[in-house]
Amino acid sequence: MSKRRTERLLSIVVLLLSSRRYLTAEEIRAAVYGYPDQDDAFKRMFERDKEELRDLAIPLETGRSNPLDEEIGYRIRRQDYELPEIRLEADEAAVLGIAARVWQSAELAAAAAGALLKLKAAGAVGADEAPDADDDQRPRPGIEPRLTTAEPAFGPLWEAVRDRRPVTFSHKAPGRTDSATRELEPWGVVNWHGRWYVAGHDRTRNATRVFRLSRIDGPVKMSGPPGSVTVPAGADVRELVKDWDAPPRDHEAVLNVRAGAGHGVRRYAKAVTPGDDGWDRVTVQFADVSWYADYLAWFGADLVVVGPPDLREAVISRLKGVLA
Amino acid sequence: MGGAEPPKPGGLRGVVPPGKQRMVTSAERLRRLLALVPYVVSRKVVGLAETAAAFGVTERELVDDLNLVWCVELKAPDPYCPIDLSYEGGEIVVSQAESITRPLRLAADEASALLVALRMLAEVPGDGSAVARVIAKIEAAAGAAAAASAQVTIQIDPPNGHGVAAQVRAALADGRRVHLRYYVPGRDEATERDVDPMRLLVVEGHTYLEGWCRRAEGVRLFRLDRVLDMAVLDVPARVPAEAEYVDVDHGLFRPSESDERVELELSAPARWVAEYWPCESVAELGEGRLRAVLRTPDTRWVRRLALRLGEDARVVSPPALAETIRADAAAALALYD
Repeated sequence: MSKRRTERLLSIVVLLLSSRRYLTAEEIRAAVYGYPDQDDAFKRMFERDKEELRDLAIPLETGRSNPLDEEIGYRIRRQDYELPEIRLEADEAAVLGIAARVWQSAELAAAAAGALLKLKAAGAVGADEAPDADDDQRPRPGIEPRLTTAEPAFGPLWEAVRDRRPVTFSHKAPGRTDSATRELEPWGVVNWHGRWYVAGHDRTRNATRVFRLSRIDGPVKMSGPPGSVTVPAGADVRELVKDWDAPPRDHEAVLNVRAGAGHGVRRYAKAVTPGDDGWDRVTVQFADVSWYADYLAWFGADLVVVGPPDLREAVISRLKGVLA
Repeated sequence: MGGAEPPKPGGLRGVVPPGKQRMVTSAERLRRLLALVPYVVSRKVVGLAETAAAFGVTERELVDDLNLVWCVELKAPDPYCPIDLSYEGGEIVVSQAESITRPLRLAADEASALLVALRMLAEVPGDGSAVARVIAKIEAAAGAAAAASAQVTIQIDPPNGHGVAAQVRAALADGRRVHLRYYVPGRDEATERDVDPMRLLVVEGHTYLEGWCRRAEGVRLFRLDRVLDMAVLDVPARVPAEAEYVDVDHGLFRPSESDERVELELSAPARWVAEYWPCESVAELGEGRLRAVLRTPDTRWVRRLALRLGEDARVVSPPALAETIRADAAAALALYD
C-alpha cells in the first residue's frame, strides 16, 4: 500500500510514544502530515489508522490526562510498547533459529520470522547467530523439526482459541460421507502424532468433544465475541485427545505367532512363550476388537488368533472379505 | 526410501513454503520499519548488505525504507524531524531515533509461533537445557502475549522408552556410527544395519534418524519408534560427499517414476488410506467410495494393507498383485480351519 500511509502511521507512533499526556484526535491531526481537510474524511481515515496500529499489536491506549477534559485522547506507554531487555547465548540463539523454521504454513512462518526480527532488532540475537531459513550456506543443525498445518481449519481455529471465541463448522465423522454442523467452545488445538485436533465443549451435544481438523469441511465461522469462551480450570486438551485417540487397552488376547515373524505384535506383547512347533504363543492387550482385528489381519499367515472368540471371528471376517 | 520406510506422510502434499515475493501492505512495512531502526541502533553501525539480508529485502528496498524513516516529519507544536540517519559508503548509522530505539513487543501470534515450536523441540530427548533457557527468556519478554501459546500443544511420538533419541543426538554430536536393529512393518522384518547419522528430523509427529545406510549405500530415514535396538559404535561416522539431505519442506517420501503403480478401490470405511499415504490421484466413485492410485518401490506392504482392509478395499491393478493378495488371504484363512 501507499508510502504516505506508512509514513503517517509511523509519525503517529513516534508522536504518541514521545508524549507523556493523552493527545486528542485533533492534536494528532495537527501534528501529523497527510490527513485531509474535510472532517468526515479525517474521521474515517483516523479510525482506519487506529485499527491498523492495533492490528500490529501496538498498545494504543485511550483516556484523559485531566478528568475535566471533554475529549478522549490517545497515547502509547513506552513500557507497554517496548520489548523488554533480552539477551541470548550462542547456543540459545541456535535453538531459536531452529524453532523459527519449524512452521510450514505461511501465516505462522511469517509470525515466527516477525518475532525473530524483533529479537534481532533488540540486539538479543546477532545476525549470524540465527540465520534465515532460506540461507543454504548455514551450517546444518543436528535437528530439523517441521510442523505442517495443511488443514484450512487450522488458521481460524487458532484465532478462535487465541481470542476465546466460539465457532461453528461442519464436520464429517469417520467413515461417514455426510456432514453435521457443530458449535464448539474451543479450549485448545493439539497436534497428536502429526495430526491436528481441536478439543472443547460441543454446544450442539452439550458435552466435551474432540474433532480432527482434516474432517472439518467448509469454513470455520466465529459465533461469538472475543473472550466469551471460558476454558474450565484443569481442562487438559492433550489428555482429552490422547484418550480419544488411544483408549485404554483393557482386553487380552492370545495369539499363535510364527517363529521369527510378527515383530510388530511381539514388540508390545505382555508375554511370549516359545513353542516347539515353529509357533510362539503371544499374549497381548488391546482396546477395541474391530480396530485390533484390522491390525492383526496385516500379519496374514504369520499369525492365528486363539482367543477371545469375537477377535478371532473379526479377523476371519477380514480375510474372507478379501476373497469376497 | 527403500527398505526403511514405505512411502507415507500424506499431509505434506501441496504445502507451499512461505512465499518470498508478496504484496507488502502498509502495516507490514510499518512493522519492518519499527524493527529496522532499533536493529541499526543496537548495532551502532551496520552494513547495508547485511541489514538487507537480515530483513529479507533487497538493498534498494532497504534504502527506500531508510529514506522513508528519515523523511518522517511532525509539524506541531513545532516542526521537527524525529529520526536522523545516514547510509553513506554502505554503512548505516542512526544518530537520532527518539522514541523508537527499542523494538515493539511480541504480538500473541509471534510469541506463540516461537513458543509452540520451542516446546515441541523440548519434547525431543537430548540436551534440552538451551531450549528450556530460551523458552523462559521468550516467555519473560513476551509477557501477556505468551498466554495464548498454551492453547496449542504438540505431542510427538515417544521415541521408545530406552532413550533412542538421546543416543542419536549423542552420536550426532560425537560424529559416531550407529548400529540399528530396525523394524520394517511393510515386510514385518527386523533388519540389522550400520548407519552414519546425518540429522534428527521431527516431521508429521514422528522422529526420524536421517543417515547414510551402509547396507543400502544410500540416505535412509529411520523412524525412531521402530528402532528395536541401537548401539553407538566406536567408529567415526563417514557420510559420503554425495549424500544429500532430504528436503523436509517438500515431503519426506516422494514416490519415483520407476515405482510400481497400484490402483485401489476403497469403500467409505477405508477412505483414510487416501489421506494417510500420498496418492498420485484420488477420484470419487460415489457412495463414499474412492479410487486411489499410489506408487511404491515395494508392494509387500500393499499386500498386508489389503488384508487389513478386508472387504473395504480391492486392488484393481496390477492384476498379479490382486491374485497374490487373494492367495495371502486364503493361506491365512486355512490356519483357522
